[in-house]
Amino acid sequence: MTGKEFYIENFNTFQKKLNGQSKSFLNEIRKEAMNRLTELDFPTNRNEEWKYTNVSPILKQNFIPAVNTTIPKFTKEEIKKFLFNDFDCHLLVFVNGFFSEELSKISLLPKGVIVGSLKKILKENPELISGYVSKISKIDNAFNALNTAYALDGLVVIVPDGIALEKPIQVLYLNTSENELVLSLPRNLIVAGKNSQVSVIANYNGYGEKVYFSNIITEVFADENSIVDLCKVQNENENSYHIEKVQAQQKKNSLFNHYNVTFGGAIVRNDINSLLDGENTETHYYGLYMANGKQHVDNHTFIDHAKPNCMSNELYKGILDDNSRGVFNGKIIVRQDAQKTNAYQQNKTILLSKSATIDTKPQLEIFADDVKCSHGATVGHLDETSEFYIRSRGVPQELAKSMLIRAFANDVIETIKIEPLKEQINHMIFDHLHRIEIENK
Amino acid sequence: MLSIKNIQANVEGKEILKGINLEVKAGEVHAIMGPNGSGKSTLANVLTGNKSYEVTGGEVLFDGKNLLELDTETRAREGMFLAFQYPVEIPGISNATFLKTALNEIRKYKGEAELTPKQFLEKIKEKAKILGLDETLISRYVNVGFSGGEKKRNEIFQMLMLEPKFVLLDETDSGLDIDALRIVSDGVNIYKNGKNAFLVITHYQRLLNYIQPDFVHVLYKGRIIKSGGKELALELEEKGYDWIKTEEVETENT
Repeated sequence: MTGKEFYIENFNTFQKKLNGQSKSFLNEIRKEAMNRLTELDFPTNRNEEWKYTNVSPILKQNFIPAVNTTIPKFTKEEIKKFLFNDFDCHLLVFVNGFFSEELSKISLLPKGVIVGSLKKILKENPELISGYVSKISKIDNAFNALNTAYALDGLVVIVPDGIALEKPIQVLYLNTSENELVLSLPRNLIVAGKNSQVSVIANYNGYGEKVYFSNIITEVFADENSIVDLCKVQNENENSYHIEKVQAQQKKNSLFNHYNVTFGGAIVRNDINSLLDGENTETHYYGLYMANGKQHVDNHTFIDHAKPNCMSNELYKGILDDNSRGVFNGKIIVRQDAQKTNAYQQNKTILLSKSATIDTKPQLEIFADDVKCSHGATVGHLDETSEFYIRSRGVPQELAKSMLIRAFANDVIETIKIEPLKEQINHMIFDHLHRIEIENK
Repeated sequence: MLSIKNIQANVEGKEILKGINLEVKAGEVHAIMGPNGSGKSTLANVLTGNKSYEVTGGEVLFDGKNLLELDTETRAREGMFLAFQYPVEIPGISNATFLKTALNEIRKYKGEAELTPKQFLEKIKEKAKILGLDETLISRYVNVGFSGGEKKRNEIFQMLMLEPKFVLLDETDSGLDIDALRIVSDGVNIYKNGKNAFLVITHYQRLLNYIQPDFVHVLYKGRIIKSGGKELALELEEKGYDWIKTEEVETENT
């Protein structure tokens, strides 16, 4: 049975499980998505958008959508080591894409604010989300169709007009294959009302060493004058596959900051898209990807300047070791109406070994005439002069290299606003690259 | 303390040092002067083990040890220090982290205990005071956003912190105004004692008004062509390098 047939067959099982909920607005979207999936083929290298990323290892195995599996139980003690700590936050835990009430801890929220699970809101207040789910993000490929066809649970954050949510929301997505190969399909939605503010930390982690597949869609709606921070730290297990599409839509005067830190996964693909659908918006994309072994990390970003006077700024940096491979594709479209656009993009990669590779491609399409756009890509090695300088003070070579890696990652790390999170990510950098850590105090 | 015997070195396949001989004893200050491209910086890099410089012949003994067999960090731990002409910026690493790491590596090598945070802080305060450095410097990233003068001063600060036996100053005066030059020189003069030694590499005589050399050597085309006392530096300042070059040619001809 091919992957597609497998997913279609599983869909029927899933539909039977829904019982009373099969009449929801979302189920219509699911069915439509399943129809799309039957038409679409999974991308291959012949597809320009997937030229450097071969997903066939993912398709060779039949991953069972988590809804058709038994969701494993974890204790609070067991998940502790996966959490970012030392700062106050709301905590939501999803296991294989399904919300765990027992493991989560959501403090008192201002009136009207919703921080919870898609499954619950579908039951209780579907009208709050029906205007957004699958409206912000269209189906671009078979992976998107697959997520949408099985969309059942995931993070939902709704911040009404005029409310600034003080504490960040930490979302732990813990994924694992126990007895069967699991396909985890979180469907996330963040809606920030007018003049609102919210910060979400999406923390993806793997339990155990077995292969699983995370295929995620996150939709973000930033209404007028809102500020949305979304910080993704992906540390899935090294055998797993991870594909996420983030689609943001920004209204007038809104600010969207997306942080994308990659550590884990055998094959990783991120599509980070923003539609700048109002004047005076600001968008920042910060990326840091670290890979070793045979990891393959592909970051595709797309900023669509549809309205005038908007600013976007993108900085993606990578550190690739061993036989790892990186892909960066940064697309910026400046539409005809989008005069006075400022768009900046930079991609810098350091190769720590002779066999690590990166394919980097900026893609600027400018249809307006009064714009400022720039892009640049560099690929290099750790600077030998700097290494010599550090060693000349008595510091051993390996530690000197660690310092230079830290120095390289610095301008991305520095943009993270939560100090303890910054420190913990720093720690993960060295941990992941198996290098000696510097005590930075 | 340092005995350089017939050292020859290449940079990118080109012979730069063509046989240097130099003896430096504890308590001495030697100055190496010479026109651009004579090999002054090459000598500094060879002594500190920069891999971009290839030693093709000769020997260097540092307190009896074969210096050229040691890697850069071991030379530093043995007490070799180079104040760089162009100090490197390291964003993300604070001066405190950098110095603490270096200092403890050196102490570990010598079999000494690591400094407690309190001891380290006291040492920093003491040394910063000598150079009139703002203590906030210590929490700033290494050389990031420093002016040329501040970077040079930071090199001398590192020297005071790491307490090396042998100090190479590579064009430390370049880019310094008179005040900065005085501060840097004061740092060196305070540190100077009978147990350590200095090799001051400079293009101009100016620095030598502040750091008095015991010996001055003229490096030209990869060889020391003249040595003398501190008066030689004044003579060079007055007459330039041309008269020695002519002298050299004459010697070669005879």
